[in-house]
Amino acid sequence: MARSIKLRIWRGDSTDGGLKDVVVEANEGEVVLDVIHRVQATQMGDLAVRWNCKAGKCGSCSMEINGKPRLACMTQVASFGEEETITVTPLRAFPIIKDLVTDVSFNYKKAMEIPAYEPPAELAPGEARMEQIDVERSQEFRKCIECFLCQDVCHVVRDHEENKKSFAGPRFLMRMAELDFHPLDQRKTRKQEAQEQHGLGFCNITKCCTEVCPEHIKITDNALIPMKERVADVKYDPVRWLGSKIRKREGL
Amino acid sequence: MSGVFSPTRAKIKERTLRTDKWWLQPLLTFGVLFSFVIYATFRAFENKNYFVEESHLISPFYSPCLSESCEPAATIGGWTPFSAEIFNFALSPALIILIFPLGFRMTCYYYRKAYYRSFWFSPPACGVAEPHEKYTGETRLPLLGQNIHRYFFYAGLVFNVILTYDAIISFRNKEGEWGHMTLGSLVLVLSSALLWFYSLSCHTCRHTVGGRLKHFSKHPVRYKLWTTVSVLNTKHQQFAWFSLAAVAFADIYVRQVASGAWSNPIFF
Amino acid sequence: MTLERHKYDVLVIGAGGAGLRAAVEARESGLRVAIICKSLFGKAHTVMAEGGAAASMGNVNDNDNWMVHFRDTMRGGKFLNHFRMAELHAKESPDRIWELEVWGALFDRTKEGKISQRNFGGHEYPRLAHVGDRTGLELIRTMQQKIVQLQQKDGRETGDMESGIKVFAELTITDILKENGKISGAYGYWRESGEEVLFEAPAVVIATGGVGKTFKITSNSWEGTGDGHALALKAGANLVDMEFLQFHPTGMVWPPSVRGILVTESVRGEGGVLTNTNGERFMFKYIPDVFKDKYADNEAEADRWYEDQDNNRRPPELLPRDEVARAINSEVKAGRGTEHGGVFLDVSKRLPAEVIKKRLPSMWHQFYELAGVDITKEPMEVGPTCHYVMGGVEVEPDTAAAVGVPGLFAAGEVAGGMHGSNRLGGNSLSDLLVFGRRAGMGAVEYVKKNTATPVSDAAIKAAAEKIQAPFDRQGGENSYSLHAELQEVTHNLVGIIRTGSELKEAIAKIAEIRKRSANVAVAGGRKFNPGFHLAFDLDNMLLVAESTAKSADAREESRGGHTRDDFPGMNNKWRQVNHISSFDGEKVNVRAQSLPPMPKELFDLFDVHELEKYMTPEEVAKGGSN
Repeated sequence: MARSIKLRIWRGDSTDGGLKDVVVEANEGEVVLDVIHRVQATQMGDLAVRWNCKAGKCGSCSMEINGKPRLACMTQVASFGEEETITVTPLRAFPIIKDLVTDVSFNYKKAMEIPAYEPPAELAPGEARMEQIDVERSQEFRKCIECFLCQDVCHVVRDHEENKKSFAGPRFLMRMAELDFHPLDQRKTRKQEAQEQHGLGFCNITKCCTEVCPEHIKITDNALIPMKERVADVKYDPVRWLGSKIRKREGL
Repeated sequence: MSGVFSPTRAKIKERTLRTDKWWLQPLLTFGVLFSFVIYATFRAFENKNYFVEESHLISPFYSPCLSESCEPAATIGGWTPFSAEIFNFALSPALIILIFPLGFRMTCYYYRKAYYRSFWFSPPACGVAEPHEKYTGETRLPLLGQNIHRYFFYAGLVFNVILTYDAIISFRNKEGEWGHMTLGSLVLVLSSALLWFYSLSCHTCRHTVGGRLKHFSKHPVRYKLWTTVSVLNTKHQQFAWFSLAAVAFADIYVRQVASGAWSNPIFF
Repeated sequence: MTLERHKYDVLVIGAGGAGLRAAVEARESGLRVAIICKSLFGKAHTVMAEGGAAASMGNVNDNDNWMVHFRDTMRGGKFLNHFRMAELHAKESPDRIWELEVWGALFDRTKEGKISQRNFGGHEYPRLAHVGDRTGLELIRTMQQKIVQLQQKDGRETGDMESGIKVFAELTITDILKENGKISGAYGYWRESGEEVLFEAPAVVIATGGVGKTFKITSNSWEGTGDGHALALKAGANLVDMEFLQFHPTGMVWPPSVRGILVTESVRGEGGVLTNTNGERFMFKYIPDVFKDKYADNEAEADRWYEDQDNNRRPPELLPRDEVARAINSEVKAGRGTEHGGVFLDVSKRLPAEVIKKRLPSMWHQFYELAGVDITKEPMEVGPTCHYVMGGVEVEPDTAAAVGVPGLFAAGEVAGGMHGSNRLGGNSLSDLLVFGRRAGMGAVEYVKKNTATPVSDAAIKAAAEKIQAPFDRQGGENSYSLHAELQEVTHNLVGIIRTGSELKEAIAKIAEIRKRSANVAVAGGRKFNPGFHLAFDLDNMLLVAESTAKSADAREESRGGHTRDDFPGMNNKWRQVNHISSFDGEKVNVRAQSLPPMPKELFDLFDVHELEKYMTPEEVAKGGSN
């Protein structure tokens, strides 16, 4: 049954802005994006909001709902109390463009900085053989829909603008882990690069990235911590360092 | 102004717009960890009531007992390489060894999350702005030192062996005959078992048994181990708390029995 | 203020699978490429494709090869496919999949470590390379990362990563520009700022995807507004067979937060069954004669098939999509549907919960999170939803060059011909790859032989005026309400079941909305203004709807994605006809054009008795074109 709900939507741009209260109808089973669209169609024709698939698969409608980074299409109106006001703001880690839309180009810049996959030089198409158990770890990370909620929530850049230049963020450190775990990737220096160029050391494993991931990827436990351990192997473990000098254990 | 108040970001004056009780979790963590630290410090310096000779119970805080001040029956075969005092300061046997279990927990990937959030507010909770102007995380010393976690893990395994040994030798009666059991034995078994689960579920353990491999398919045994540890690893947080509580309780139990406040019920 | 101008060798409009594949091809041949996307990079509708990409690699069943795939594709399309496109597609898709693997894609594996392949409706053998149920995402991400790899290479060589290939995200193209009959570039605006941009390029590849937003219930996102179809029409290209729209048989009809969202065919491939409100597994009643020997006519055999595929016929739930969609439609019309106009699709009683979660992870998670529906415990309520348009830009099969416009290319869903009257599941991801690459190659060949034509000031002025116009109008029509009206017309009159009188009514109504749309006014500024964006999308959708309604009215038979209540059944005479839409600046004109006949070597791949079901006796007697 339709009922009225109270919504507070941040409206504005880079010069100024603030929260605006609206009352809007919501039907049973609707998600926050549905009611935002209703506001757009009936009360605020120029309300800017990014969205695309409305099915939790593209990661476009990232915003902050009651202070938590979420996908608006995956947040049920019914998950809030009858009398509760739902506060909707743009992502707070990225520069604002307008209303609920932010400039997420930081993420695309970081994506371009991660060294690409390096296949074996002689591998002809169709000849690759990989076992399912060897691809599964990286497959988990490839579920990522690039909603950038983890990038938004990570305090390393959310709370410290100056760290943006030296920190790739959870999504792209996870990408480095994905490539380091890829059974056929040939690049040997990813661990060092993760630590020295992409800021893995900034991560203090407080797990907010994992908490907000709509795909439920265990970013911290399965990507960042294993990557930190791999970094320790090559940079901070004298015994393993010595071991690697004595016997070349390639292709482990 | 930095962080969420930077000039380019949407202008919102609140540090967070979260409406749930986000402060509860860090507060609880702080409360429990802080209490533990206070108690452990007190006990480490107390230097008594850590051994119950007739029941063969030793507190996990004081095992292995390596000081010349240790009662002979509490030592491992009388091995006491450390003198009883340094610089006229009475060195409690606990102070000699506590660095290892403490170091293991301090550098543990779970506890790091817990204390970075609750003690250092970095961040206090997800989406709640932290109070610090600068942040460098674990990129430089001293926090870069967290990378020695694996060595504390190895040391922790040695301690687990010793504490398991302690639990086993408690299955004796006053006369030293095997096949007997007190409530104290059960307490020690529980704490050493939970310590094993805590160690084996650790991220470093997961990495060591198989995580560092690129091709699981070439190492079937290590893959099996990795799979098992991975399952345990999802419960690492729980094991961290349960084992902490169990160790603290084992110490309290031994202390109370040793001081005569509690009796140690004999089962058989 | 000066106009933002860019010069490229190839301009790719659309950053879905086909667009990215075309861009990679053109860049690897050394050309400078711009990629335009309407939303953020990596959000294209391709990510929604779940089932997989069809390619006859024969990894699971080595009886499979391109000829079997070709036959399946032609059958699925009811022989209205352009034979050459179907042939190229069947032959080249394995290479395109393997190539993705070299670029880093991680498909699910067989025991031997090869790419695993799964069964899908209309495919004789397990043929779909897949990654769980997120194959489209894997395709997009792999190509996105391939583009990053090319950019890093350019960066090492020139110091500027974006020197050879650059992505322009959140930019809408409003006009494709021509000078002297040849492509000269394109004009558009940044969605973020509303500011205008001119691209000068001798070759333009259109890869804008589908038209779903023309309809009320659709699986497509807001982007599926037929931009490329309309841009091509206005640039003088033709659309072919726009009457054929695929209604995916199993879209969610309830609850409302997931209405239109697809339940992938793999749910049926893994054992999901369709039942009506009487509890009857009704698909056995709807097996058409042409499929009688391939599909089980009883439950026992159908159930055995999941275990033993060599000795049993497949369950009728796996019939081609159009058949399933029509069957559900008939059940609902006969009063055996749910109150929300759907039927039940149940996998919960067929497989244990953990198996469902393992094999259909994102299906489970999606419905659980979006609507609180647990597919391991309860059935889903499903019905047909507008999913895919078979019709599209008429192209030369080998080069993907748009017929009649030198320098214009089209690939992917926006191109027509490949799928005939109905597309098989899994054939669209491979279509993207095969013809995306061919469009890239075609553009490269073209650019080598043709120099760029500068864009004239007159063309720029006309394009700019068009963008400004809705802001200058006061109190005109509202684009949101016109869009809703259009969707109402298409849903009611040009939907899954059509009749001549309704189609004629639709044509009149669309013309009337189109007239009013010339008077659309926009409130607010240019900066990220959704009302302004819709004004242009609306114009595109109106052209598409007109073309669909007129083609549908002309085709007096039922075939694939076109069902006429007044002309039930296929008519072999109509199989020889393509409908070609063109635009004269005022209205869309539709004319009939003969389908090119299959050459003998392809003709001979079929059993003559099968061809007799689709072809006239004269055609069969002729036995191919050479």
